[in-house]
Formats: sequence, structure tokens, C-alpha cells
Amino acid sequence: MTTPTRTSPPVGPLEAVGSTLSLASRNITKLRKSPGAILDVTLQPLLMLFMFTLLFSGAIGGGDRDAYLQQLVPGLMVFSPLYVTIGTGVALCTDISKGFFDRLRSLPIARSAPLAGIVIGDVARYLVSVTVVLAVGTLMGFRVHTNPVAVLASVGLMITFGLCICWMAILVGILLDSPAAVPGVLIGAVMPLSFGSNVFAAADSMPGWVQVWVNVNPVTLMTDVNRALLLGEGQVMGPLLGGLVWMAGFVAVFFPLSMRAYRRRLGR
Amino acid sequence: MPLAIEAEGLAKRYRETTALRDVDLAVPAGTVHGVLGPNGAGKTTAVRILATLLTPDAGRAVVGGYDVVRDPVGVRGIIGLTGQYAALDEELSAVENLTLIGRLLRLPAADARVRARELLADFGLAEAESRPVKTYSGGMRRRADLAASLVGRPSVLYLDEPTTGLDPHSRNEVWDTVRRLVADGVTVLLTTQYLEEADQLADRITVFNHGTVVAEGRPDELKRMTGGQTLEVRAARREQVDTVAEIILGLTGQLPARDEDTGRLTVPVQDPELLSALVHKLDAAEVAFDELGLRLPTMDEAFLAITSPGGVRATLTEEKLR
Repeated sequence: MTTPTRTSPPVGPLEAVGSTLSLASRNITKLRKSPGAILDVTLQPLLMLFMFTLLFSGAIGGGDRDAYLQQLVPGLMVFSPLYVTIGTGVALCTDISKGFFDRLRSLPIARSAPLAGIVIGDVARYLVSVTVVLAVGTLMGFRVHTNPVAVLASVGLMITFGLCICWMAILVGILLDSPAAVPGVLIGAVMPLSFGSNVFAAADSMPGWVQVWVNVNPVTLMTDVNRALLLGEGQVMGPLLGGLVWMAGFVAVFFPLSMRAYRRRLGR
Repeated sequence: MPLAIEAEGLAKRYRETTALRDVDLAVPAGTVHGVLGPNGAGKTTAVRILATLLTPDAGRAVVGGYDVVRDPVGVRGIIGLTGQYAALDEELSAVENLTLIGRLLRLPAADARVRARELLADFGLAEAESRPVKTYSGGMRRRADLAASLVGRPSVLYLDEPTTGLDPHSRNEVWDTVRRLVADGVTVLLTTQYLEEADQLADRITVFNHGTVVAEGRPDELKRMTGGQTLEVRAARREQVDTVAEIILGLTGQLPARDEDTGRLTVPVQDPELLSALVHKLDAAEVAFDELGLRLPTMDEAFLAITSPGGVRATLTEEKLR
């Protein structure tokens, strides 16, 4: 047996960032070209926006459709990234099961780039999703009562929220063999987060035991932050602290689990 | 000739199953090496180890001078991989896929696009280059995938069952591509379930079964390993077929198999000297013949003999012991 005759320099951090950005640009290409990719990140929140404003606001909002819309839009901006992460899980599972990740892993790029590319690339999807909800909401009569800086802060926070909670979807995308099975599993987690919140109805209209969950739900906390930022109602700092603790928790739990599952799945 | 791929004692286990056990491979640069075996024989596991996608539990492998375990990035810099699945992003067009790979290989954006277009044109995909890959037929996908594995101008190319599920026309296109690449000096490791494919393309063949190497050699050597050759005779006049059959029976002690459509008689023989004896007897009996000859068994016959329990494998083991 001959001994190896050559060695190669390791992949540097700058090159890793470059590969990650190249891979992340896949999402931008898709959003630019395909209406399907845009629908994928906007359909769910827009449906909710229309349904709740036009159909249910009379019943839930006490008849004042406009006042209900003002409360709903900041909440749906939190709801959006949650649903975007379902697509993240599907996309990752597809990439792995179809062999696209094998192709990437056979290239001389950083080990972390394929996965990092997926996570970073989703910034574009969160951005489209959140801004479309805000824009369509505004067309329907939603009004920002604060200032542009607050709007930017709100959109930035929503993207950060998505980047933290997406690790749950990443884990599911790695663990499941079939992309078709991913949404079913994730809906199970996304439903209590999105509907068990104060996005669609005020917490004090619910039974006491439900309120216990609704009041600690990160979606409720982030909705409170968003309403404060966009409408100038209530405090930002209190709920933001709670939201940040949740986000850090999501990353602390699901990031290491995802890394372990990733190494296992690709090691076989 | 320098070796492009060299592996020694490769082993891989998954929980209870042994996927690979004590596998050796030596592939000289610029040749096609066929890895032949039924489903589950360990072919894909071996390719994944050599492509650095999987770490072996034991053994060593050096590809193009780089150790697959200690220097995977070095290996990845010189290999191309085409898996059993078309490993492209199906939402993107072929040109976008190949440009992305070019970018990941640190080509400037414009160069990456030129390289993508050039390769897709080579593979007859110029017209379809801007369509999403999910709209492609099976053959087009396979060609696009093969093109993708060539963006970095690899010197070692792994083709893992590149023609499985393809129609004969697409399969011939893949074969032509492989021949073209080898002519350019690329080393190809090809796994296949099809004997004909290995026979057509490979300079040498390693036969896998149950995770181990059961035979290795040139295609004609493997065919010969099954022991003996096949005698074929076709009489010019159909009414003489029975006479020929009797002569063969007299010489070999075996009644030949008869093809009713053509009247061709075949019989396995161990001793090639038999051919001249047969010609004498046929002459004496005044039998004219259209065909007469000895041939090697087909790859199918060889493969069955090699992988069947107690077949050539047993013989090989005995030889090793001696």
C-alpha cells in the first residue's frame, strides 16, 4: 500500500462564508423566478389575514373590523416565519433524500456550508413573508403609528425569530426520510404556537388554563413586542426579554440535536 | 502505471449488518474500473467511502495521492461523483445548478456560467439549460447530473450505477461519455448491476457479493474463471443437425443444447483441443457447417458462476490457500 503523497490546505473561514452565501443565493434565485416559491411563504399568513379580517372579525373583534386589523397584522408578522420554517424542513429533507447534499459534500467546501446555506438562505424567505403581510395588511387599512426605524426593528426581529425557531424544522427535516412527511409533523408543533396565542383573539377571552400557555407562548410575547413597535401600544422590553429567552432556548435545544442527527444521517 | 485509487482492507458495519469486509481495490490512472455486484453487495458503500462521504471502520484508501480519512478536502478537490439519484436541485435550472457548483469550486461568477453552458452543450442539453431540472426526462437528468460532476474537471470520476433505469438510447449516450472522458485521461470507477455495462466499459472488474470481493480481473479473465469455454456448431443443412449432435455426444459425452430456430448446437467444453477432432469427424461425415467455434461464456454465465455459493469463490479461496 502506498502512503499518501499529497496533502491539501484546510478550508479557511472566509471560504466557508463564501460557500454558504453561494448556497444561500439558491433561495433568492427561486424567489425571483418562481411564483410558487413566493406563494409558499405568503399563502398561509395571507389566507389568515383575509379569513380573520373579513369573516371572523365581526364575531371575535366585537364588530370593529378596522380595530381588529390593527391588532392582527403585527401578530401575523410573527405567525409568518413560523410557517416559513415548515418549508425549511421540507427543503432540507428533499436536499438530503434526493442526494443533493451528497453532491455538495463531495465538493471541497466547508463541512458546515450546506446546512448553513439553508439556514442563511431563509433570511430571504422570512423577509418576503413578513413584508408581504405588512404590505397587504396596509392595503387593507393597517396603519403604523410609530416610525420607520421601529418598522425596520420589527422586521429584523421577525427574521431573527425565524432564524432561531427554524432549528426545530431543521431537526425534523434531518430525522425524517420522506419530505412529504415533514409538514405533518411540524404542523403539530406550529399549530399550538401560532393559534394558542393572542394573535387572533385576546388572551383574557380564553379559559384560565389556556391563558397560562397563551401568556408564556413566544408567539404571544413577540406579538406584544410587535404591537408595541408598530402601534406604540404597551411595552417593548418586557415581552422582548421573554421572547429572547425562548429564542435562545430553541437554539440551545434544537441546534445540538440537529447537529447530532445530521452527523448520524449523513454518516450512514 | 501510477494508481489513481488504492484501497486496502476497507470495512464498514451498520449496526447488525456488515456492508463491507476486507475490500481491496487498485485502479491504475486513466482506466475504467468496474465494480459489479447484485443489490446490497456493498458497491455504493465502497464508492461513498472513496468519495469521503462515509468513514470506513477499518482499512485505508488513497485517491489521487490523498488519504480519504485524513485529507478528505484534498480528495474532494480531484473527484467527481454521480450517484444513483440525480443529485441536483430540481427547482433550479441545469445552468443554475452547474453555475452554483462552479461558484462553490471558487470560479468567478462569469466563468462559472460559461463553464456550465459549455458542459450542458456537450451533453446535448443546451436547449433545455434554462428549464427547471424537475421538468427533465430520466435520461436528461442523468446527463445533467453527469455534467454537474464534471464542473471541477475531476481526474477521478465515480459513477454509481449511472445507467440504472435508463432506456437503451440514453444508456448508450452515458457509455459514449465515459469513453470520451477516459480518452481525456480521467480515471473512472463505475458500479453497475449490468454485466454488459462492465464488459463494454471496464478495463478491469471487481465482483462484489455480500460486502466482499469475490473475483477480480479483466472481463475476459473473469469469463474464463468460470472454467472452460462454449462450443458452438451450426450445420449448413438442417437435416444434418442430428448427425452433428451425435458426433458431439461421441466426443464430449454430453448431448449438446439445441436452438430450434437456428439449429445451433452448444455444449460446454473443458478441452480446446476438441475443436480439431470435431472438424475431422465432421469432414469424415461430409457435414458442411456455417458456424463452428469456441467462445468464452457470456458475462451473465460468468457472473452467476462467480456469485453462486460454492462457485468460483470457493475455487479462488483454494488457490489463495495454496
